[in-house]
Amino acid sequence: MSRYETVIGLEVHAELLTESKLFCGCSTEFGAEPNTHCCPVCLGLPGVLPVLNRKALDYAIKAALALNAEIASYSKFDRKNYFYPDLPKAYQISQYDLPLAKKGWLELKVDGQPRRIGITRIHLEEEAGKSVHSGESIIGSEFSLEDYNRVGIPLIEIVSEPDLRSPAEAHQYLERLKAVLQYAGVSDCKMEEGSLRCDANISLRPVGQAEFGVKVEIKNMNSFRAVLRALEYEVARQTELLDSGTAIVQETRAWDEGRGITVSMRGKEEAHDYRYFPEPDLPPVVIDREWVERLRSELPELPGPRADRFVSQYGLPAYDADLLTSSRRLADWFEAAVQEYHDAKAVSNWVMGDLLRLLKAEEKELDELPLTPGHLGEMLKLIDDGTISGKIAKTVFEEMFHTGKRAADVVKEKGLVQISDEAELARIVETVIAANPKSVADFRGGKEAALGYLVGQVMKETRGRANPGLVNQLLRDRLSRQ
Amino acid sequence: MITREQVDHVAHLARLALSDEERERMTSQLNKILEAAGKLQKLDTTDVPPTAFAVPIQNVFRPDEVRESLPRDLVLANAPDPERGFFRVPRIMEEE
Repeated sequence: MSRYETVIGLEVHAELLTESKLFCGCSTEFGAEPNTHCCPVCLGLPGVLPVLNRKALDYAIKAALALNAEIASYSKFDRKNYFYPDLPKAYQISQYDLPLAKKGWLELKVDGQPRRIGITRIHLEEEAGKSVHSGESIIGSEFSLEDYNRVGIPLIEIVSEPDLRSPAEAHQYLERLKAVLQYAGVSDCKMEEGSLRCDANISLRPVGQAEFGVKVEIKNMNSFRAVLRALEYEVARQTELLDSGTAIVQETRAWDEGRGITVSMRGKEEAHDYRYFPEPDLPPVVIDREWVERLRSELPELPGPRADRFVSQYGLPAYDADLLTSSRRLADWFEAAVQEYHDAKAVSNWVMGDLLRLLKAEEKELDELPLTPGHLGEMLKLIDDGTISGKIAKTVFEEMFHTGKRAADVVKEKGLVQISDEAELARIVETVIAANPKSVADFRGGKEAALGYLVGQVMKETRGRANPGLVNQLLRDRLSRQ
Repeated sequence: MITREQVDHVAHLARLALSDEERERMTSQLNKILEAAGKLQKLDTTDVPPTAFAVPIQNVFRPDEVRESLPRDLVLANAPDPERGFFRVPRIMEEE
C-alpha cells in the first residue's frame, strides 16, 4: 500500500457535432484541404461580426444536463488573449466568469460501488487552428504550417473537481464521459481525430493529509491509453521524488508517447496573463426554464441508468450491463436482439464475445455491418432446435457478420447441419476408437481426460458438425461395453 | 501623448507599413482618441455598475447552416509566406 494518495483532476475538450462553426457559417467537416473552411469571421479580419450558432448552444446545454450540471440563467462570452500562430485573432472567444453550467457530476463504479466525480464547470468556446511543424516536434522546428479550418469549431470544456484518486479512475471517467456525450448526441468524441482531448492535473499527498500536494499539469496525451500511461508514470515519478525528500515543482509536462515518459515544458510556455474581458460583439445569453426543460426532454436514457435497467429488466450481471451500455449503438443493438430471442444472457454472451471480437479484429463499426440483431436471434433458435451446435454457430456467426446471409442459408450452403443421427455418429465413433487404441486404454484405465480427446477426434472427423452431447454419450456407452 | 515612435512600434507589431503621411495622420488621430477617453476618465462612476454591452440586447443567434467559405487564394492573400495552401510561420519555440 502506497503511503501517498493520488489526486487527479481532468480538463476535457470535446468538439460539438454541428455542421457549421460556432460564430460563422464555415463547414466543420474533418479532413478538408487546408484553409478551405475559412472566412473573414474565423480568420479574424477587421470589421466582422461573430453570431452564435444556436445548435452549438443547445448541444452545450444538453451536454451539461447529461452531466447533471446547473445551467446558468445568464451567461456571456469573453476574449482570452494570447499570441500563438494557431489563433489568427490573437484571442479565443471563450467563457470566463459566467460559464454556461456549473456543479455537475459523473458517476463511476469503483470496486463495484458507485462513486460521484464532481464537475466544476462546463463552458462553450471556439477551437484553435492546427499546426504542422517542420521538425519532429514544435521545439526547435524551423517553421510551422498553419491550417485554420479548425479555427472556430465549437468546443465544450469540461473541468472536473480533483476527485479522481487513481490513473484507473481517471481512465474510467474518460470512458464514461465519452459514453455520456455520445449518448447525448452532441460529440462523436474521436480522440484520434482530435474531437476529444484531455489535459490532467495530478498531485500526491501523504495518506490522511487534508491539503493537496503540489500539482503538475500534463498535456499532449492523444488517447485514453496515453492518459492512463502518463498518469501512471507521473505517480511513479512523484512518489520517487517525495520518497527522496525532493520537492515537486509546479509545472506543465508533456507526455512523450514514444519514450513513455513525461518531460518538463518549463520555460517553453510562458506564464500567461490572458487579460480576459467580455466579448463586446456577442450579446449575453439568457436561458429560461422552458428552454432547459425542452432540451432535457430530448435526452435519451443515459448509460448509467440504462446499465441499471439492463440488470433489473434482463437479469444481466453488472459487468455485462456496463459493457453493453458503454456505447449507445451497442446497447441499442443488444436490445433489438433481445426482441428477437428470449434469453438475454445468451444474447449478451454473443454480443460481448464474438461480435465485439470480430468488430475489433476487422476494425468495423456496428452500423457498417450487414449483420442485424435479427440474424443473431435466428441463429440462436437454430442452436435451440438442434440444427447446429454451439461450436458450429461460431462459424455461422462469422459468415453472417461478413456477408449478411441469414443463419439458415449459411447452414444449408456450407452443409453445417449438426449430425444428430445416432447410426451415423456411431459409425464415426467406431472409426475413432479403432484408430486411437492408446486413448481408449487410458480411458478404461481411469483417465477421464482421454474421453475429451476422443470426442475431439469425432468432432474433427465431422468438421465440428457432430452433436457434442450425443457423441459424449455414444463414446461412454461404447467404451463401457467391453 | 502618443509619439511617432510609439506609432511606429505599434505599426510594426501589427505588421503595418505606414507611409510618412499615414504615420502623421495616425499619430494625430490616436491622440484625439486618447483625449476623448481622457474626458470619460474624469466622470464619476462610483455608483455606476460596470457593463460590457452598450445596447440592451440578448440571445442573438444564427441557425446551424453551412455557408460558402472564402476561396483559398483570398484566404491566403495577406499571408506573407504561404506554402502548399498553409500559412507558413517562423519558429515558434527555441530549442533548449
